Amino acid sequence: MPDRLVSHGQLVTRRRLLWRGAATSSPGVLWLLVFLAIPCLLLLALAFASRGSYGQIIWSPTWRNFRKLAGYGVFGWSADYLWILARTVWLALLTTILCILLAYPIAFFVARRSPRWRNFWLVLLMIPFCTNLVIRTYGWQLVFSILSPNLYPGAIAVIIGMVSSNLSFAVLPLYTSVERIDWSIVDAAEDLYASRWSVFRHGILPQTRPGLVVAVIVTFIPALGTFVVPDLLGGSKTMLIGNLIQQQFGASRDFPFGAALSFTLMLATLIALGIYQRRAGEAGLV
Amino acid sequence: MTRNRRLAATTTATGMALLYLPLLAVVVLSLNQSRLGLHWGGFTLNWYARAWKNPAVLHALTNTLLLAAASTAAATVLGTALAIGIARYPWPRWTQATFSLLVHLPVVTPDIIFAAALLVVFRLLREMTGLFNLGMGTMIIAHVTFQIAFVALVVRARLATIEPEIEEAARDLYATNSDVLRKILLPLLAPGIVAGALLAFTLSLDDFVISFFTSGPESATLPIYIFSSLKRGLSPEIHAVSTVIFLVTAILAVAMQLLSRSD
Repeated sequence: MPDRLVSHGQLVTRRRLLWRGAATSSPGVLWLLVFLAIPCLLLLALAFASRGSYGQIIWSPTWRNFRKLAGYGVFGWSADYLWILARTVWLALLTTILCILLAYPIAFFVARRSPRWRNFWLVLLMIPFCTNLVIRTYGWQLVFSILSPNLYPGAIAVIIGMVSSNLSFAVLPLYTSVERIDWSIVDAAEDLYASRWSVFRHGILPQTRPGLVVAVIVTFIPALGTFVVPDLLGGSKTMLIGNLIQQQFGASRDFPFGAALSFTLMLATLIALGIYQRRAGEAGLV
Repeated sequence: MTRNRRLAATTTATGMALLYLPLLAVVVLSLNQSRLGLHWGGFTLNWYARAWKNPAVLHALTNTLLLAAASTAAATVLGTALAIGIARYPWPRWTQATFSLLVHLPVVTPDIIFAAALLVVFRLLREMTGLFNLGMGTMIIAHVTFQIAFVALVVRARLATIEPEIEEAARDLYATNSDVLRKILLPLLAPGIVAGALLAFTLSLDDFVISFFTSGPESATLPIYIFSSLKRGLSPEIHAVSTVIFLVTAILAVAMQLLSRSD
């Protein structure tokens, strides 16, 4: 019987093993199919449906939602939605850049502690990350009301809130990279009178690039989809795609347009993820 | 080098301020006597007592804990089985890749997309079957869905550290399949399963967006209650409730760290 094999100390056939594996994993797989994969596909289909006058869904394929997103409405063309998209990408980029600028020195700081203290600092970074975002954001409302009421609500408040909510995401992957740095390369660069920037550019950056890429992606993706922070800290001028999506599924009851917006957001996420997939393996973080 | 160290230290201080300033504000104001305004009016625990007697807060608290406990229990079982079913059997590469994609999907999708997708499915299922009215049931389903993935990832990582020789030894000693599972695999996996469950529980407490989309009028959790209270105006009771949630998550985070260190 060529089909027989020894797996984990038992003599079985491949077929029987697969049956058993399927039986073990099927409840979880089925659950993920029904409540994850199919809903995502439905959302995709819904993006090409349209809203009836009572909020019902009309399932005939149309580009209407995407035309609306591009600004073509009943009252002619307006750039409102495109502005929201542009603002979302811009704020997400800015948040990511600020987070990385802060995260690099923090990662170095933590990596240079003794193992005991390293854990202490990591926990300190983890705690806010695990605390509910609504609480942290309304905490910012309080801080701004006390320290500088003129900043809130506004774009600066939103940016500070977003940096604060994503900072831990950026530090943790960078830290895992920084911890593994071969310092002899950095020392060699310093011995050869490299400037601080050159040391970073040629000695540190190449070694930490995998962690950096992961940090950028895991900061950028949640920043793109954020909804709580601009809702609580911003005004109508800081509306982002997350708020717009929430509006469609909430007050406006325009599910198809909401789906089209989600689809657009998903597309942006997938592009970011494409880069992640290629780099994360190198970082050993998958 | 000292300049670099100073830069690292000051940035860390800035980062910590960014992370903890809002939490500090909530904690301090929860202990503040004055009801209106943000000036310090003396120390009190009164708001905690009042929050504890507020039926809306208690209802939201019950919902939060019920949701977290029920979804974590279901997700831990499903996620662990999923991880074992994927990793311990000779699946072809493409099946492994599909599993991997499915499990990573909730980890990397912005939660608002995920929330929207679930809302759509619940609506369609409701139109077809008359069931799936938004409420605790739909929230539990939604939470289980993203928790399964995280539990499966944590358990799978632990599974990779268990060498097949241990199972082989057990089988040499005539252990049956269920013996191997109950007496070998599950005890060895236990730290991973507990860590996965803790993570799932924390994620459930941490979630707002998905709960917000899939909740019904009767199933507000504490974050939803806080969010809607904010729209009506702040009250020190909210500070007290938030402080308690913050402390509970802090304890959970420390517990998770201790568990992962003991590995």
